[in-house]
This record gives sequence, C-alpha cells and structure tokens, in this order.
Amino acid sequence: MARTVLNHSDISRALTRISHEILESNRGSADLVILGIPTRGTVLARRIAEIIQRIEPDAPVQLAGSLDVTMYRDDLSRTRTRTPSPTDVPVGIDGKTVVLVDDVLFSGRTIRAAFDALNDLGRARAVRLAVLVDRGHRDFPIRADFVGKNLPSATSERINVHLSEIDGAEFVSIEGGEE
Amino acid sequence: MAESYLIRGASLADGTTSDILLDGGIIAEVGTGLSAAGARVVDADGLIALPGLVDLHTHLREPGYEQSETILTGTRAAAAGGFTAVFAMANTAPVADTAGVVEQELALGDAAGYATVQPIGAVTVGLQGERLAELGAMARSRANVRVFSDDGFCVSDALLMRRALEYVKAFDGVIAQHAQDPRLTQGAQMNEGALSGELGLAGWPAVAEEAIIARDVLLAEHVGSRLHICHVSTAGSVDVIRWAKARGIQVTAEVTPHHLLLTEDLISGYDARFKVNPPLRRREDVEAVRAALADGTIDIVATDHAPHPSESKECEWDAAANGMVGLESALSVVHASVVENGLLDWTDVSRVLSQTPARIGRIRGHGEAIAVGAAPEIVLYDPSASRSWGTADLAGRSVNSPYLGRTLPGRVVATFHHGYATVLDGAVLETAEIAAAAREARA
Amino acid sequence: MRHLLSTRDLSRDEAIELLDIAEDMADVQLREVKKLPTLRGRTVVNLFFEDSTRTKVSFEAAAKRLSADVISFSAKGSSVSKGESLKDTAQTLAAIGADAVVIRHGSSGAPLVLAQSGWIDAGVLNAGDGTHEHPTQALLDAFTLRRRIHGSASRGRGLDGVRVTIVGDILHSRVARSNVWLLSTLGAEVNLVAPPTLLPVDLANWPVSVGYDLDDAIDAQPDAVMMLRIQLERMHAAFFPNSREYSRAWGLDDERFARLRADSIVMHPGPMNRGLEISSRAADSPQSSVLEQVANGVSVRMAALYLLLSGEKGE
Ligand SMILES: [Zn+2]
Repeated sequence: MARTVLNHSDISRALTRISHEILESNRGSADLVILGIPTRGTVLARRIAEIIQRIEPDAPVQLAGSLDVTMYRDDLSRTRTRTPSPTDVPVGIDGKTVVLVDDVLFSGRTIRAAFDALNDLGRARAVRLAVLVDRGHRDFPIRADFVGKNLPSATSERINVHLSEIDGAEFVSIEGGEE
Repeated sequence: MAESYLIRGASLADGTTSDILLDGGIIAEVGTGLSAAGARVVDADGLIALPGLVDLHTHLREPGYEQSETILTGTRAAAAGGFTAVFAMANTAPVADTAGVVEQELALGDAAGYATVQPIGAVTVGLQGERLAELGAMARSRANVRVFSDDGFCVSDALLMRRALEYVKAFDGVIAQHAQDPRLTQGAQMNEGALSGELGLAGWPAVAEEAIIARDVLLAEHVGSRLHICHVSTAGSVDVIRWAKARGIQVTAEVTPHHLLLTEDLISGYDARFKVNPPLRRREDVEAVRAALADGTIDIVATDHAPHPSESKECEWDAAANGMVGLESALSVVHASVVENGLLDWTDVSRVLSQTPARIGRIRGHGEAIAVGAAPEIVLYDPSASRSWGTADLAGRSVNSPYLGRTLPGRVVATFHHGYATVLDGAVLETAEIAAAAREARA
Repeated sequence: MRHLLSTRDLSRDEAIELLDIAEDMADVQLREVKKLPTLRGRTVVNLFFEDSTRTKVSFEAAAKRLSADVISFSAKGSSVSKGESLKDTAQTLAAIGADAVVIRHGSSGAPLVLAQSGWIDAGVLNAGDGTHEHPTQALLDAFTLRRRIHGSASRGRGLDGVRVTIVGDILHSRVARSNVWLLSTLGAEVNLVAPPTLLPVDLANWPVSVGYDLDDAIDAQPDAVMMLRIQLERMHAAFFPNSREYSRAWGLDDERFARLRADSIVMHPGPMNRGLEISSRAADSPQSSVLEQVANGVSVRMAALYLLLSGEKGE
C-alpha cells in the first residue's frame, strides 16, 4: 500500500528552497557546478540549475551536468548488473564548488562512490550534497547540506520518487513496511 | 557337470511363445511345457529370445591400449549388450597383422569366456597402407581369420585394395573397408555442411566416403571378390551400394547404432562424446541409412564400439579422440531407431544383428536360428523396459557413451554363450565364474 | 552476463548495451585519469594458447584500466600447448582464484567447453577460438562503424541499413563469423566476397549475400569494406594459386580503393599484409579505421569485462 508523502507542489517548493539555500551558502552562482547522479538526480540537478538561472540571470549557462557512479560502486557482484549512464560534466571542476544532487539519501554508498568518481575528474574546491528526500539509515558518515524533506522510514519500506520527465507523474510515495 | 538351463515362456522372433532347453552344448529342446528336471529355470515371460548377437566391428584395444579396454572388459560389455561373438578390429599395438597376434587375441577371448572373440586381420602391415600383411598366415592360423580390415584407416591406394580383394579369394575372405578418402578429410572434425561452417570445424565431406565406396565396388566387380563396407553414414553411400547390389556385385554393408539414431546437431555444444569417425551426419542421412537397413541395401548393424579413457573426451573438440562405446546399448538403440517406428521387426533384428554378420564373417556356431540342435547362443530381451542410461549401465572399462542421460527402450535380461549364462537378471556374472564355465564348456 | 562466447548468442539489446558501455569507457580514455576502480580485487586471467600479442595487450590494458589484477598465462611454447590438458590448466586457474578467464585457443569451441565444464567457476571470455568466433573483435568493429557513422549520437543505436562487405578467407576466419552474426543482429546488410574455395560449402543459414567478384562489390558502393588477412599457407593447400593472383582478384588495391565513395570506411582486423589484401594507400588513408579499431578494442573489452564481472553469478 503506497502512501504519497510529497505531491507535485511539495516537490516544486522543496527544489525552489534548495536552490535559494545553495545560492546563499555559495554567496551567489560563481564557480558553481551542479552534478546530478543518474537517473533522477540528473533531472533534479537540471531543475535546480534552471531555478538558479531564473533567480540570477547572470549565472553560468553551463551549470548542470551528470555524474555517473556505476563504475565506482562497491557492490558490483551483490546486485544485478547496472548499466552505466554517460557522465556529462559541462566544465572542468578544478577549483569549483560542486553540488551533488540525488533523489534519495539512504545508506550513503552512492555518494561515497560519487566522491571517488569526482576525484578522478579533478580537484573541486568544495563538494556539497543536495537530496530531495533523506530517509536516514546511513552506513557512512555522510550528511546532506540541502534536504527537500526528512522522511524517517523503516529499512523495510520503499521510497519511490516519480518525476514527470521520467515517470510521467510527479510525487514521492512510501510503501511496504509491515512484514 | 555343466549346468543346463530351461528358458520358460520366451517369445521367439516370429511371435510364438516357447520354452527352450539348453543342455549338452546345444539347444536340446524347443517347445511348450518342457520338463525342468535338473535344469535351472529362467522365467522369460514377456521377454524376446533372439540368437546371440554378433558384432562384426568391435575395438577391444588389447593388446596395447589396455587403459581403454581389454579383451576381458570388452567382452563383458558385449555380454551386457546381448552379444555372444565379437569381431575384434586389428588396430591394436602391436597391430593384428600376424598369425601370432590374432592367435593371442583368440586365446584371451576363450579364457575370458564372455563371448567368442574372432580376430580381424590387418590388410596392410602396421595399417600403413603400403604392403599387404600376411593375410594367408592369419587365415590358416588357429584364429581362422576371414575378415581383413585396416579400420581406422582407409586402404586408399587403389592398387593395394585391388590386390587385397583378389588375394583373399583364396580362402573366402572379405575386405572390410573403412571408406574415407584421406586427402579429402585432412584435419576433418565433423560432417561438412551448414553446421560445420557455423561451428568453424573442418569438414568431413560425404563425398570422401561415397567416392571410395564407388571405387571399391567397381574394383570388387572387376576382380569378382567380396567387399564389406564399414559404418556407412551417408545417403549417397546408400545409393552407390544399392546400385552395386542391383548390378550383382558382392558387396555387404554395415551401419552403426549411432548413425541410426544421432545427428550432427548434437555437436553444437562441442561435447566430444559425440565425436566419432565417420562423423554424425544430417537428419536426411539418418533417414536414408534406416531405410537402407529396412530394404536390405545395408545388411547389418555393427557397433564400432570404440572405448577411450575420459581424458580423451574431456577436452577441446580438436584434441578429442574419435569413437563411442556401443556394445551395451546397441540393441536398445536399434529398438529405438528402427523397431519402434516399424521399419524392422524382431526377425529382421536377429538377421541384422546375428545371422548376417555371422555369415559375412564366416564364423561357425553363431547366428543360427533358435531351433533344436543349434548352438546355445541366446539373448533374452525385455522390450517393455525403459531406462535412462548412466555409467552403471556400461560394463566395459570406458564410459564414452553418447547415450548417458538419454532414455532408451528395452533391456538385455539374460545372455547365454556356449550354453552357460553370462548375464542373468540384467547383471553381468562374475569374471571367475564365467572363466570356470568356459573351461568346463571347452573340456 | 555469465560468459561472452560468441556474438551469435547476443541479442540486439545486449549488443547495444555493450557498445553503449564501451562509449562510456571511451570517454574515460579521454580523461587525465584513465583508470577506474570498478574491478578492484578481481583477478582476470589471460589464457593464450595461441600467440597474439595485439589481442593480449588489448585485454591487459582493458583489465588494468578497470583496476583488476591481471595474470597472463601464455600457454604457447610452455607445457600447456602440448600435453597438458585444458582441464588441468582450468583447474589450476580455479585454484589461483580467477574471476574471469580470457581465452584464446586454436580449437573451435574450446571456450565453450571451458565454460560448460564445471572445472572452473569463472566467467569465460572468448578471445578467439580456432576458426569459430572472435566476439570482441566484431564488437570493436561494430563500435568503430557506429562511431564513424553516428558520431557522438551513437548511444542506443544499431547499424540499421549499413552495408558492409567482408572480403577474404571467410572459411577460416573467426573475425568474419563473429561479424556476420553481430552486424546483422545490429541491422547491417553483410555481403561476403571471396574465392569459392575460401567460403564454407553451405551458407544457407547465414544472414548474408555472397559473391566472388570484388569489383562488383566495390561498384555497389558499400558503406564499409572489411579486408581479412590472408594466410599465405593457404595457397599450399590449393585454396588459390598464388599471392599475385589472389591480390589481383581479391585485394583492395589503389584502383579499387579510388572507386569507393569518399566516406566509405576501410577496415582491417590486423595485422595487415600490405600489398597483398590491402594497399598502403588504402590502409593509411583517412577512410581507414585500422588504428581506431585498435584504440576502440580497449574500450570494448573494458565493457565486456565489466558486464562479465558485475551482477550476481549466473545472471
Ligand atoms: Zn572405421
């Protein structure tokens, strides 16, 4: 039984708030690169970049990109084969502030892999993390700088993020739990 | 005092039911309601009694390749398959190309006692295809050799083949040709056709068999000799032999059980158990050799039982040895391939697996119809049985059977050789017991 | 993917997925840091029963750029080439703890025998078996063609409608077999041109057209011409009279090369016999993809190793 926890406008408000918080903490949009982790992180990164460009019309044109972490994961033979997505970094990251964007923050393994992937691309000045949902249960000492919604959950529950570009609908739901 | 056996209620090949009494080294009585006095009774209800099977083409490997098979283990396999006589091919080490070697094989067979071992002599010295072996000496030896073959190799030199065919007329011999043009089959790995091209395996074209058969039937006609063709495997070979027989040429031919049942597509997984020479062929070829066996163009079934140690088969295809064991499974494979579909009845089976091979090989005391006074060589077969083949069903030293894991009909329940049982209740009897029975039978 | 034994087993989706991953790998090859940590702690054994420096080096580079431990086992010339069985070698590798075995063997089917044997649990990658298949060569050829034709828009695409002519010793060529299956799976039209002696006797099941005349094939203006290496030993077995006659009839000489469209791609799996099956002008022209093929080989083999070693066993 799935229960909707964020609807279309909740998501939209969360992303607007995150965009403002990013600009505030970076003191503007200079030297900013926003990299989404495929697949839904990439969509969210693009949306955040658009919001930032609306707020600051002189923000860099090439603000958003995509960072695939498949080849940096540590669970290669524990799950089914993952097909990597292209990595598309619009500009060099040396000296930049990179904001990583993902849809759900859970164990932290994906983000750990992203640090390694980022490291092989260059030396960022700082790395920040933005997520739409933080559901807890971390395996690594990782925390998000910008969070759309904290959603305490049981490990047996599933969080499903639906975004219109990919799923044709826009909401976040939670399901399962009672076993 | 040798034991006598009363086989109770067996079905004969003609469909009648009868008791059969084996006593005094012959079939003493055939009829219904025979007295069991003093005889051991074998219940043959539902079993078919056939004359003991005769294999014109067996590789026993001794002397020289005892890690694969010996005369003892090979004749155990023969008995398990219902055979009471096997013709032992000459490609041993040393080659059976002298009277000494063939007499040794004969003696080892007699001592083992599971079946008559009739040696085949090599056509050429050392199977080298260069000079004739001492064909006359082997014919006049105690082994009484009448079949000569370089099997494994083709007697490809036309002049040598002509001379061999002519020479053995002196003692009513026959040349059994392994028909394979050596130049056309250099490095050959499987039947040449669509599949060989896809699998990237060097092709063994049908014409390499057919061209040699065509040449040899014409040579046999020219010199008025008997010719036997080993393991016919192609539809084209059948056509050539059919033509030769219509012309009155004295040619006989054999087909193996595996060429009656199996096709080349089994090779797709490169499983070397299916590597054999001549190779497994197309479905059309299997249909043609079945029809030829039914209409008499092909005279007999012979196993080409070819044992190999596991390391010769557990390897890449090119490196694997050619050959399959076949004695134990022959009757079941014939049953599955040509009896179940009605091409042959059980009278035909006794013809192609007993009477005619004995006649071609000029062997006495085998291949006689079950009747009073005939040699006490009998197999009892349960046609209603069915089994999934496993290594436990093999009685020789090697397990390179293509049928492992496959379900085949029928089961040999008992085999009688020289009047004593070599197989009872489906189990091969103990070596010592059989050797003792054989001594007693000879005495 | 449990094993990669032949291109014939690959579906269109699987083939495109592999080529797409190879695109990602090719992107990595453009970075300053060319190495990925993906296969850290995994052991890849290169088991080469036949000499092939080029293929072996390519697989070594691929495995190392994915951070795998690489053990190269050159069987040729050692006890392995004659005598020691595939089974013994496989069991030795299993004892060493190989996760993947890249095998080059002179016998057709040897990789399949190894994969099915139960002697070793590792994934098996066919690096060329006898005259059967050479799947990674075909994949790198397809990758090269796709990049030439679709450029940066290659991802997700096949080779639909692309006309490829393969010329030479089809009978003995594992490269040709793997390309025939893969290119046609990807939608290409494959035409084979060879002397009749160097074609399998029955091609009814092959998704190809066949001709004997190279000039006709050139005049048909194919999108790509793939020249196969001709082994001179073949003339001793009467497959063709001599190299001069072969070259005149089936070589891509300057004159034939000049008749190709300016954007026709000239391919060769290497090593080339210059002046025999291909002229230097053709081989060194901008139309030639010979060096790209080599470079792309590493990316394609990285993708193959990734697919072989990721996912749960048996997937
Ligand atoms: Zn033979």
